Amino acid sequence: MRIKEHPIIDFQKGKTVTFTFDGVQYEGFDDEPIAVALYANGIKTLSYSLKYHRPRGIFCCIGNCSSCLMKVNGIPNVRTCTQRIEQGMVIETQGKGAIK
Amino acid sequence: MRIDCDVLIIGGGPAGLCAARSLLGTGLKVLILERDPFLGGQLLKQTHMFFGSKEQYAGTRGFEIGQILTREVQASPNITVMLETVASGYYPEENFILALEKEKKLYQVYFKKVIVATGASEKSLLFEGNDLPGIYGAGAVQTLMNMYGVMPGKDIIMIGSGNIGLIVSYQLLQAGVKVKAILEAAPTVGGYFVHAAKVSRMGIPIFTQTTVKRALGRNALEGVEIVSLDSKWQYVPGTERKWPCDTLCLAVGLSPMSELLWQFQCEMRYVSELGGYVAKRNPFMQTTHPDVYIAGDVSGVEEASSAMLEGTIAGFAVSKALHKMLDSVDQVIQNSQTFLDEMHVGTIGEKIRNGLAKVEVDVCL
Repeated sequence: MRIKEHPIIDFQKGKTVTFTFDGVQYEGFDDEPIAVALYANGIKTLSYSLKYHRPRGIFCCIGNCSSCLMKVNGIPNVRTCTQRIEQGMVIETQGKGAIK
Repeated sequence: MRIDCDVLIIGGGPAGLCAARSLLGTGLKVLILERDPFLGGQLLKQTHMFFGSKEQYAGTRGFEIGQILTREVQASPNITVMLETVASGYYPEENFILALEKEKKLYQVYFKKVIVATGASEKSLLFEGNDLPGIYGAGAVQTLMNMYGVMPGKDIIMIGSGNIGLIVSYQLLQAGVKVKAILEAAPTVGGYFVHAAKVSRMGIPIFTQTTVKRALGRNALEGVEIVSLDSKWQYVPGTERKWPCDTLCLAVGLSPMSELLWQFQCEMRYVSELGGYVAKRNPFMQTTHPDVYIAGDVSGVEEASSAMLEGTIAGFAVSKALHKMLDSVDQVIQNSQTFLDEMHVGTIGEKIRNGLAKVEVDVCL
C-alpha cells in the first residue's frame, strides 16, 4: 500500500511501468527498486530458502543482506531491493517450493 | 579500464560527501564511488531535524542536508561521481581498487589517498522465526516509507529504544502506521530523552526489560510472543504473551562494513561499543595504513552528525597530506575535532568515548 499523504515528504514518482510477477501483471514506478514495487502491491515473499524452503522477504533493503534475491528476466540471484523495476520485466519467486 | 585520481572516496553518504566537500578548491582530482543511483546515503531517509550547531545543519531535516551536500559536490569541477558503482576489492600488488559500474563495466582505480566511508549494515536478533517476511531492519522500514512512500505494514512492534528505534517509531506515525509498542531489553531507554518523550506523548508505550521470544506465523509474520527479562537478561518464566502484528522492526544496532579495510590490512580491533570490527586511527581519521583514511559508521557506528564531522576531518587531513590544503586547514580540522568531542561528552557519549579510547592511536600524518 502506498502512503497517500505525508506531513513532511512530497513523494515524486517516476513513470508508471508494468511488469509481471509469477505470471501476473502489476504496476510500479520506474524509479523504485523491484522489491519496493512488489511490496507496494502487497507482495512480501520474494524467495524461499534453499534447504528448508522458508519464505524470505526484504530485510535491509539497501543491498547488504541477501534476503531479497529473485529471478529477473530469467537471471537468478538479482538483488531486487536495489535493482530498479523496468517496463516489461519478468519477475519470479526464487526457489519456489512447499514449506517443509 | 584504468582511472587515476588523487583522492578516492568510497561511499557517497554523509561522511563521504563531507570528505569530498573538504577537498573543494584544492585542485586535487577527487573521485567518489557510490553503489546507489544517488548520493546522500542514509541521510535521504531522515525526515527529522538535526541537532547541534549551525555548522552541523541543526534545524535542517536529514534528507535536505543530503540534497545540500549533493548539490555542493556535484557543482565542483574537481570532484567526479560514479553512481551505481561498487568498490568490489583492493588489489595490493598493483595498488588499485576494482570498481564495477552498473554490474557491467570494470575499472581499475588508482589513487594517492583513499577515504573509506562505506557505512554500516543492520544487525539482526536471534529468536525463533526471525527470518519471516514482515521482520525488517529499521533502515529497511525507513527506505520503504521515507524514500519510496510505501507503507511497511499496518501494525508494527519496534524492538530497540535507541535513537533509531525511537525516531523510526515517530516516522511510522507520520506515515500513518500504528506502532503498538517499543520493546527494550535493557532496564532503561537507550536513546535521547527528547525522542523518547516525543513518542510517549504520541501514545506509544515503551516496555523495558522486554524482548521478543518467537515470531508467529507460517508464511508471513502474524504476531510475536514477547517475554520479560530479569536483571541477568534471562527470560522470566510465565511472562510470555502473544501480540498480533504484521511487522516487526528491528532497531538493534549496526555493524561497520569494514571489508575493504581488512583488505588494506589496516590494524583492526573488535569494539562492541562501536558496533564491531573497526580500524585503529589517529585524530585525523588516518588508519595504520598511511594512505587509508576512514569516516562515518565504518569507523565506528554513531550518527550522521558525527559522520559528517569525521568526513570533514578526513578530507582536510588528506588535502594536507598531499600538500594541497587551503590556508585554514588546521583551524578547520581543529574545529571539527572540537565539535566531535562535544558530541561525546556526558553520560550519553560515554559508550562512544569508551569505544574510541580502544582504537585511537598515534599514526604519523
